[in-house]
Amino acid sequence: MFELLGIPPQALFGQLLLGLINGSFYALLSLGLAVIFGLLNIINFAHGAQYMMGAFVAWMLLNYLGVNYWWALLLVPIAVGLFGIVIERLLISRLYHLDHLYGLLLTFGLALIIQGLFRNQYGISGLPYQIPQQLAGGQNLGFMFLPNYRGWVIVASLVVCLATWFMIEKTKLGAYLRAATENPTLVGAFGINVPRLVTLTYGFGVALAAFAGVLAAPIYSVNPNMGADLIIVVFAVVVIGGMGSILGSIITGFGLGLIEGLTRVFYPEGSAVVIFVIMAIVLLVKPAGLFGRTA
Amino acid sequence: MKIRTMMLAALAATMMAGTALADTAVKIGVLNDRSGIYADLAGEGSVIAARMAVEDFKAADKGIAVEIISADHQNKPDVASTIARQWYDQDGVDVILDVPTSSAALAVNEITREKNKVFINSGAGTADLTGSKCSPNTVHWTYDTWALAHGTGSAMVANGGKKWFFLTADYAFGHALERDTAEVVKAAGGEVVGTVRHPFPGTDFSSFLLQAQSSGAQVIGLANAGGDTINSIKQAAEFGITQGGQALAGLLVFITDVHALGLQTAQGLVLTESFYWDLNDQTREWSKRFSEQNGGKMPTMVQAGVYAGVLHYLKAVEATAGKDAAAIMSKMKEMPTEDPLFGKGSVRQDGRKIHDMYLFKVKTPDQSKGPWDYYDLVATIPADKAFRPLADGGCELVK
Repeated sequence: MFELLGIPPQALFGQLLLGLINGSFYALLSLGLAVIFGLLNIINFAHGAQYMMGAFVAWMLLNYLGVNYWWALLLVPIAVGLFGIVIERLLISRLYHLDHLYGLLLTFGLALIIQGLFRNQYGISGLPYQIPQQLAGGQNLGFMFLPNYRGWVIVASLVVCLATWFMIEKTKLGAYLRAATENPTLVGAFGINVPRLVTLTYGFGVALAAFAGVLAAPIYSVNPNMGADLIIVVFAVVVIGGMGSILGSIITGFGLGLIEGLTRVFYPEGSAVVIFVIMAIVLLVKPAGLFGRTA
Repeated sequence: MKIRTMMLAALAATMMAGTALADTAVKIGVLNDRSGIYADLAGEGSVIAARMAVEDFKAADKGIAVEIISADHQNKPDVASTIARQWYDQDGVDVILDVPTSSAALAVNEITREKNKVFINSGAGTADLTGSKCSPNTVHWTYDTWALAHGTGSAMVANGGKKWFFLTADYAFGHALERDTAEVVKAAGGEVVGTVRHPFPGTDFSSFLLQAQSSGAQVIGLANAGGDTINSIKQAAEFGITQGGQALAGLLVFITDVHALGLQTAQGLVLTESFYWDLNDQTREWSKRFSEQNGGKMPTMVQAGVYAGVLHYLKAVEATAGKDAAAIMSKMKEMPTEDPLFGKGSVRQDGRKIHDMYLFKVKTPDQSKGPWDYYDLVATIPADKAFRPLADGGCELVK
């Protein structure tokens, strides 16, 4: 049997598939960030905390109210999205006329506060959340054992990513949104309520993070730092893809998941830094990112 | 950096008119992870444990004024070093306790030696603290990688698990635990078929687990801790590792980890600890008091070790009527230890605290009678077998 660099092809396929699954999380999260940055010009550092809230709210719904995973998948993004809308109205909307840096500082502070509150309440070790009954077990693909749940994560994430891309790039609503970022005054003059559009966009971006959080709850430890660990990587993904590029963030998310997966086979010790090495190279060669437009 | 200062005994002393004023003032620094992955197994709980030791010792009545301060080292050796230096140089700290994360513990070990103070480690695992890196100023209280390797490792090999694959956290502790366990496995006639070192801390372990799965190993040894272990076990269940006939060996699993996993996922896991709240009447009584102050959470062995360490230190302060580091260290090694949590024991020449270790098996959800009722005692590893023989550590203090 032939081998690729000392790794049997079966093992390689397995690793690529796993990379794709991790890529789904990167893609979902970086998509939310890209939407918020592209349309609001806000660097949403609270994204990781909102992802964590998604997982925690799913846990609370299950343990306090007996709401199952499937309903959580629908209800949690709405609940956390509403929370995002309140934050946007109360705080972030006051910063649009200021430099990016202020938005970054505000959302970073918010993230620390939210994480601190959850840490005080629930501790750091995390909470158990079982895989839903319908998705327990797995398939033997010959080259690997694929848990059904992981398969579901890829599908769900792809569908949501593509739907978002379609909505923003191909529908009338998306056209309004993009126009509103180009020239809010002019769009407002056409009778469109630009501030409301912006608020809803932020809420939507946050809802995407919460959705990813619910997806993550059964497979990763549900703990207050789960978002903080991930968000730095996701920011690197957004930078590589090009700040604010919707399609760029999706493709880069999945692509980097794959590259990280391969690194885990050939040089596991380096798997935590490979994305940042790529980021550094991309910034040197193409500072606007792979899919970014140069201003 | 958060530093909270608590004045305890000073207040009590002034309130008690007639008793002699405190003639020895001791400052204890509890340095550990207060926000990261080890915050639940050490964190504020260790500070509570230290405070309980001071109260139970009735330090104020004995003329010892104790002040406890604490700080977050964020599991980073550089942060730990900075705080330790500041505590010793400027804040007048006499003894540092806890310090989980082996790399941070080794840093504090060196600084304590240099400043000639006292370091009682409870949270860190590396057996090097009493081996090649041993120091006349350090006591290693609760457990170490050698004890874990011999407890869990031997039990797994005895059950027929001869071929091992290691999933190792890529820092001092993981390396030490892997090395010590591999030695046990090889000594018992087993072999190590592979190793993968994962970044610390990690989130997704599926890729490493898959490598372990295809390695043909009978046992997958998890040489990591805290959140990394939780994620590894959770994802191993998801990938059907145990259904596939491979056994998981959690080489360092704390009760807080089992709590976070839930019994559904954690059941059947074999693990080694030096303390469990439900061991006997004394541990139950103490743990009940502890959990009342710790939001209902039961103590980990690390927190128990901080309590016992402070108690023994204060006894040495009382016996020597002072706080000279050399005198205290020799007193702590000379005096047998006795506390409600670890029973009777001793501190060896190389700084190793000696007590029984226990092999536990995690209960199934049906066997458990309620929250925190998690372990069945499988075997007691007697104190003289539990830790590395004095001569084998390579410690320069041993002559």
